[in-house]
Amino acid sequence: MSRHTLSVLVENKPGVLTRVAGLFARRSFNIHSLAVGPTEHAEISRITVVVDVDELPLEQVTKQLNKLINVIKIVELEDAASVQRELLLVKVKADTAQRTSVLEVVQLFRAHVVDVVPDTVVIEATGSPGKLDALLAALEPFGIREIVQSGTVAIGRGSRSITDRALERVTRAS
Amino acid sequence: MVQGPHPAPPRSTGPAAPPATPAVVVPAARTAPAAAAGSVSSAPEKVTGAKSIVRSLEEAGVEVVFGIPGGAILPTYDPLMDSTRLRHILVRHEQGGGHAAAGYASATGRVGVCMATSGPGATNLVTPIADAHMDSVPLVAITGQVGASLIGTDAFQEADIVGITLPITKHNYLVTNPDDIPRVIAEAFHIASTGRPGPVLVDIAKSAMQSQTTFSWPQELTLPGYHPVTKPHAKQIREAARLLATARRPVLYVGGGVIRARAAAELQALVDASGAPAVTTLMARGALPDAHPQNLGMPGMHGTVAAVAALQKADLVVALGARFDDRVTGQLSSFAPKATIVHADIDPAEIGKNRAVDVPIVGDLREVLADLLPELAREHGQHGKPDLEEWWTQLDEWRGTFPLGYDEPSDGHLAPQHVISRIGELSGPEAIYVAGVGQHQMWAAQFIKYQRPNSWLNSGGLGTMGYSVPAAMGAKVGQPDRTVWSIDGDGCFQMTNQELATCTINEIPIKVAIINNSSLGMVRQWQTLFYESRYSNTDLNTGHGTARIPDFVKLADAYGCVGLRCETKADVDATIKRALEIDDQPVVVDFTVSRDSMVWPMVAAGVSNDDIQYARGISPAWDRED
Repeated sequence: MSRHTLSVLVENKPGVLTRVAGLFARRSFNIHSLAVGPTEHAEISRITVVVDVDELPLEQVTKQLNKLINVIKIVELEDAASVQRELLLVKVKADTAQRTSVLEVVQLFRAHVVDVVPDTVVIEATGSPGKLDALLAALEPFGIREIVQSGTVAIGRGSRSITDRALERVTRAS
Repeated sequence: MVQGPHPAPPRSTGPAAPPATPAVVVPAARTAPAAAAGSVSSAPEKVTGAKSIVRSLEEAGVEVVFGIPGGAILPTYDPLMDSTRLRHILVRHEQGGGHAAAGYASATGRVGVCMATSGPGATNLVTPIADAHMDSVPLVAITGQVGASLIGTDAFQEADIVGITLPITKHNYLVTNPDDIPRVIAEAFHIASTGRPGPVLVDIAKSAMQSQTTFSWPQELTLPGYHPVTKPHAKQIREAARLLATARRPVLYVGGGVIRARAAAELQALVDASGAPAVTTLMARGALPDAHPQNLGMPGMHGTVAAVAALQKADLVVALGARFDDRVTGQLSSFAPKATIVHADIDPAEIGKNRAVDVPIVGDLREVLADLLPELAREHGQHGKPDLEEWWTQLDEWRGTFPLGYDEPSDGHLAPQHVISRIGELSGPEAIYVAGVGQHQMWAAQFIKYQRPNSWLNSGGLGTMGYSVPAAMGAKVGQPDRTVWSIDGDGCFQMTNQELATCTINEIPIKVAIINNSSLGMVRQWQTLFYESRYSNTDLNTGHGTARIPDFVKLADAYGCVGLRCETKADVDATIKRALEIDDQPVVVDFTVSRDSMVWPMVAAGVSNDDIQYARGISPAWDRED
């Protein structure tokens, strides 16, 4: 199985995420991560979904997603041709004895400390899933108290915009 | 994975800020459904939401609604009473209403409409909606929902029917704003009837029905994500034509999509032009006349030996609106092992879903076939027609050696196959035959000769016992001048026979043939074959020599139908003729048949089609050299 990142442009309407997520479950496809947000067009939301699936079943997922009435466009973003990022917030034990070492790690990964109390710090980091894994591994020895992580968001490199192209298609079809 | 239930609303710079690019996004300006094409656009009317529903249905071209009122749909039933354009048929159970709408749709090709209240009314529609979804039946279901302010509070008769039917509808809607009613209903009809047809549910809050709104028609549809591809790709068509013109053992694998696409005439032209054999699946019986010499009959688990063998030995399979269902393919890995596959379907997701495809064609079957014909003629013009003589010699040998047939039962009771054959022969190809699910369904698919599309209705994909009586009722409403036979089992019949009341009171004179073997026959057959004849819970006590609970003749009488019983071969024709003569009330005939009759041929579940048994323990000896 291999990992694929799909950008799914959907109508910004209630219940659309349920339709998309439900389809994955129903057709026995595993979602690795999922992130939803607005786009530059008020009527369109963008779902970034990372799935672990082979090539043929992936084609089937895409076709099934395309059948959903509220799904406007699906684009697979290849690793090399896109920028993929996740956001991580992690609460790490950092008393006075440890704090300097923790901050060194933070510096090294170009992360930020966003909250400090005497015995812990909260670190914010963005990056590729690989970078965040490495950061967590580096912080592990200090004692990780809590992790929250977003799904991957991804955008294609270069000047082309998939939302514009989706809109072109939509207006042409009408 | 921890997002809220809905996509986040777009960020806006302030409450008054307009959307960034509103003009570009307003997409897909299409007009209301075709059914309304003839109607003139109406000036906006000040109405209640309830009236808006009724007006929308009228303008969408609806003539019949099958439904039952209840609390949350009550406001809509008031203006419905005054509608002169809508005929509402009060069914006895919402499931009956749903199947009736599906039967109406399948018999006429138009969109069927059913209506129910919230909660249990809506959940009773789940089975017919799932059924219509599996068999691509255009259906619009209107359900009442509790008032908008009560949604999510576990209010009386509240059920999240939009959530429940998400996986079994082509699309569904929850309407809380009355102004949305005409557009949503217009979209529902458009979605249900175009592309691959299917059921659409519109759940409307009672508060929206009770509010004031304006109604206007036609409506502009806003469906930016819905663009069914109907025009096939010319390159793929050329490739399909080339293959069909050069294959030595081609088979046209015809599915129900041909019927839904109204492409029977084009199909016959292709069959004639190509000279290839055709197999017609359970959903496609009637797509090509059974009288056509190139029709090998039904493939699959209970298909003819010739149809099953043709697919297994084919070098080219051209699938037309079929979906490589497990009941057709048997063990998928050994299905049609030597065949190149051309697969044409309007639903891209069907192509390559089960079987890898060499030439995919996405498009409306009618357009696909219309485009394929001249390309095939061009191929024939260049290279001559292929020589299929050897193939036909083989096919004819299979047909001759293994025709459909049956043994007379040894217990002296009626052979169910004989009863069903005679019903078909005495009623003719202009009648409509509607089966339930089980042995009688397979026999009806095998032993009745279908000569036209939409003359055979059944629950193919979902296999819904209880489909027959209400679907026959709907078919008769849609095609009042045709004889409509419900060919049902004693098990199936007991699931939905309450609709006989609807038939009698509304003067819908269907005919029901209960193929009464006093048991859940197909399950019993599997128990005979695979469970050492241990008949766990399959005895229904409705047949000859039992307590006859219920007595179907008395039951028919209680429902105001004519009840007849037939127990001997000598009486079969006379009984069927008597039933055919009665045209002013429903007829129920209790044919008490042998319970030991089995459906043959058979490919056991999960095994290769090569292991088809012509009758118990008898397998065709294939040419093993290839």
